Amino acid sequence: MKAPLKRSNAPIFWALFGAGGMLSALLGPMLVFITGLAVPLGLLLPADTMSYPKMLAFAQNFIGKGFIFAIIALFLWHAAHRIFHSLHDIGIHAGTGAKLLCYGSAMLGTLIAAYALLAIGF
Amino acid sequence: MSDMQKTIEIEVLRYHPEKDKEPHRQVFEVPFTDDMSVLQGVQYIKDYLDGSLSFRWSCRMAICGSCGMMINGIPNLSCQTFLRDYYPARVRVEALAHFPIERDLVINMEGFIEKLESIQPYIIPKEERTLAQGEYLQTPEQLNAYEQFSSCINCLLCYAACPQFGLNSSFIGPAATALLHRYNVDSRDGGKAERMELINSEEGVFNCTAVGYCSEVCPKHVDPANAVNQNKTNSAADYFLRFLAPKGGAK
Repeated sequence: MKAPLKRSNAPIFWALFGAGGMLSALLGPMLVFITGLAVPLGLLLPADTMSYPKMLAFAQNFIGKGFIFAIIALFLWHAAHRIFHSLHDIGIHAGTGAKLLCYGSAMLGTLIAAYALLAIGF
Repeated sequence: MSDMQKTIEIEVLRYHPEKDKEPHRQVFEVPFTDDMSVLQGVQYIKDYLDGSLSFRWSCRMAICGSCGMMINGIPNLSCQTFLRDYYPARVRVEALAHFPIERDLVINMEGFIEKLESIQPYIIPKEERTLAQGEYLQTPEQLNAYEQFSSCINCLLCYAACPQFGLNSSFIGPAATALLHRYNVDSRDGGKAERMELINSEEGVFNCTAVGYCSEVCPKHVDPANAVNQNKTNSAADYFLRFLAPKGGAK
């Protein structure tokens, strides 16, 4: 081909997209059920499952922290990638601007989640 | 034509660059029998109604890959699409989507030929061998790894089906990627590192958004989407692992 080939940086975003997709497919419905239906409606789970002290303890635990971080960050990267490519598909080729907006907000969300999880202590 | 003769309307996208500003449609009444392919329909037009109609064809049996057209908006080989499946409605025949039109149903496939050359579609031997060393042996399993991807007839239906190629014609695209994969996974070949540069590039596999329509329209069941997606994984592995294995992969 004419121009020299430039290596695409897509694997970074594609890997985050893939990881987020896998995680949301496996855990998303379960999380929607627990946080959106079971707890508020008092189905199956004890009423205080998501009480403040319990959630705080969860977020202060190492594994709990990792879980919350992975869920928030990877879901965001998955969504950002999906939205960016869907924009392209419907004919909005906003290029760098759209890329910055989509992946930038995922990055911002990731940083806020990391900061909050660290600030809450161990 | 007797009164008993059934006819079908074929609407053809016409374009003669020397006299037309833009493509336009022309409808022909063609005598219809239920064993006629769409290709035979347009051949009838050329032979009896308008000799200036241009289209590519050769084998009439889905082997040569010359007669790809948009038939009612779907990329298909006109030799294996039958008029009886549309009769009595009108059939719309157009040049393959996403390609520049040279004349009528003939597309300009230069861009694809360049891509085909760029993937080095031949075996680059791993090691030089003398005649005395005999032939390269391959197990059925090694043959299985690439055989499906070697069935491509370059008909370009997959390019006409691919929305991402439609949006960005520099994308290497389904058929070229499938053929590239065919050589990369051949046990006799040693050219993978060179070809991966193309896979990894901005023209490479990450233009694909896993629509899968390419595999659906493929008349030879090559499943190019499978080759593209396998190479997304290969490319991602190459991207991250190249730091661990400085000798492998592209620059």
